[in-house]
Amino acid sequence: MTRVLIVDDHRLFRSGVRAELGDSIEVVGEAEDVDSAVKAIAEHQPDVVLLDVHMPGGGGQEVLRRVLGAGSQVRFLALSVSDAAEDVIGVIRGGARGYVTKNISGKELTDAIRRVADGDAVFSPRLAGFVLDAFASSEAPSIDPELDSLTQREREVLRLIARGYAYKEIAKELFISVKTVETHVSSVLRKLQLSNRHELSRWATARRLV
Amino acid sequence: MADQKILAEQSGDTPYRRMLRPMEGRLLGGVAQGLASQLKLDPVVIRLMFVLLTVIHGVGAVAYAVLWMITPRQPHQGQQPQRDWSQLAAFSAIGVALLAFGWLTGASQGGIGMLPFAAGGIGALILWQQADPERRKGWVSGATLSMRKNRVRTLLGVGLVVVGATGFLAAEGELPQIRDSLLFTVVVVGGLAVIAAPWLAGLWKELQLERRERIRQEERAEVAAMVHDSVLHTLTLIQRVAHDPREVSRLARSQERELRNWLYQPAQDADATVAAAVRRIAAEEEDSHGVPIEVVCVGDIALDAAGKLAATLKAARQAMVNAAKYSGSSSISVYAEVEGEEVTIFVKDRGKGFDLEAVPLDRMGIRESIIGRMERHGGAARVRTEPGEGTEVMLTMKVEKA
Repeated sequence: MTRVLIVDDHRLFRSGVRAELGDSIEVVGEAEDVDSAVKAIAEHQPDVVLLDVHMPGGGGQEVLRRVLGAGSQVRFLALSVSDAAEDVIGVIRGGARGYVTKNISGKELTDAIRRVADGDAVFSPRLAGFVLDAFASSEAPSIDPELDSLTQREREVLRLIARGYAYKEIAKELFISVKTVETHVSSVLRKLQLSNRHELSRWATARRLV
Repeated sequence: MADQKILAEQSGDTPYRRMLRPMEGRLLGGVAQGLASQLKLDPVVIRLMFVLLTVIHGVGAVAYAVLWMITPRQPHQGQQPQRDWSQLAAFSAIGVALLAFGWLTGASQGGIGMLPFAAGGIGALILWQQADPERRKGWVSGATLSMRKNRVRTLLGVGLVVVGATGFLAAEGELPQIRDSLLFTVVVVGGLAVIAAPWLAGLWKELQLERRERIRQEERAEVAAMVHDSVLHTLTLIQRVAHDPREVSRLARSQERELRNWLYQPAQDADATVAAAVRRIAAEEEDSHGVPIEVVCVGDIALDAAGKLAATLKAARQAMVNAAKYSGSSSISVYAEVEGEEVTIFVKDRGKGFDLEAVPLDRMGIRESIIGRMERHGGAARVRTEPGEGTEVMLTMKVEKA
């Protein structure tokens, strides 16, 4: 049974998620701001934290900084209404293992939580689009070629995610196993988090300013 | 700021209309016209007055310039109307003629007695034009502040004026030579200019500040309008159709999309680039069919003149319509990618799919509107479908980059 903590400043939304999650997932607690989230995570040690991006007291990124900065191994799945590139990229770079928008269905959310609990990454079509866009504009010389560019295969996987394919469909399409798809996505996530291409952040901010 | 303004208006001492510079029928800056409508006079009279005053030591020109600077423009919709150049030329000709006449006869130099009169007139005009009390308050405080700051310059200016005036009187009595009186007049004007400079600078700064404040208020008004016109409106509509879940979710979805675009998407001209056009088409089809369409765009390119991309967009729209109408899928994914000169658009649903071979020849949707259209414009369309497996339409088009 996957143990989940819900962090969101809207009470109505927390109870909605709780109702939608179904039986295979146990909600061990809720928190409504940065301080209570940090405390609840330390207390309950959940498998996965569902993290809202915009919250009083610094938002999801502040929770990530304080919890992961303290060396915790808790896994985070960001859940937000925001579509802004800087929010999406920001929270992934902050250490979240996935990003889904709040209009996701209960079943999809359950799948996403299980996937994050297993140590894999969860990319929504929009996040995949953002990543393709950010890594495509590679005019500046990269510092670490391994981290700063995507392999052909990773690109293919991301493109299929952006086209609306589920992992299972991607595996079928590329004649690989679902596990391999998950490996590719996790590797993209790692690059996204570790690449010090400052372009990435700049790209995200610039999109907002256009 | 807004509260102050309301208070000032409520105190009830503003029966005057603010002077504005209309854009229609202006010759130069619209100052004369604005002044005329304020004083309920014929603009021609005001224009002649300015020309006459200009002939006397250029006072008219200065007054015109000052009024131009401090009078706000009347808001005008649409393109700026052209000036009436022939009338302007006529007034200029009159001015030049009068100037020449005054120069020849020496009347312009003798008209120094006109100066206080003209100055008083301008002063009165400025006071009149400051009929907005809040504005006047701001100006006076701003001007006195900068006056205090520049005490040295003010003293110097006043000194110059005094010297000039005594010198002028002395010259009037003992040396009636025109050249000297002209010299002293220059000194007087110079002194006045030195006094006025900081005040004018302060005025300018105040104007800039006011302008910035106005922009901020306009932005706030835009947010309020957005919330009021669309969000509140939609919430009301939702309450009224609460019995119809399909309509409720359609309304909510359409409102959500509108808000999202407004918050997160840069303002784009949907007729200019592929990504913006795809988003708009998806929004329109989502609205008319009530099926959510998720759009992801990577890269962007301007629409080409040859119409290749326009054709691609039409085919994409047809694919979305098909998916929304016939597939029975609960959502549709659209992915548009621009890589260099190649544009690829995918439209995917998870609906019931169909047997491509079994589609009757007279079904225009896929054969003509999608595949035929793409091929006619030098692109390609591929349809992948199987009964029970959903449908994906892939459109590719190559364009020459401009």
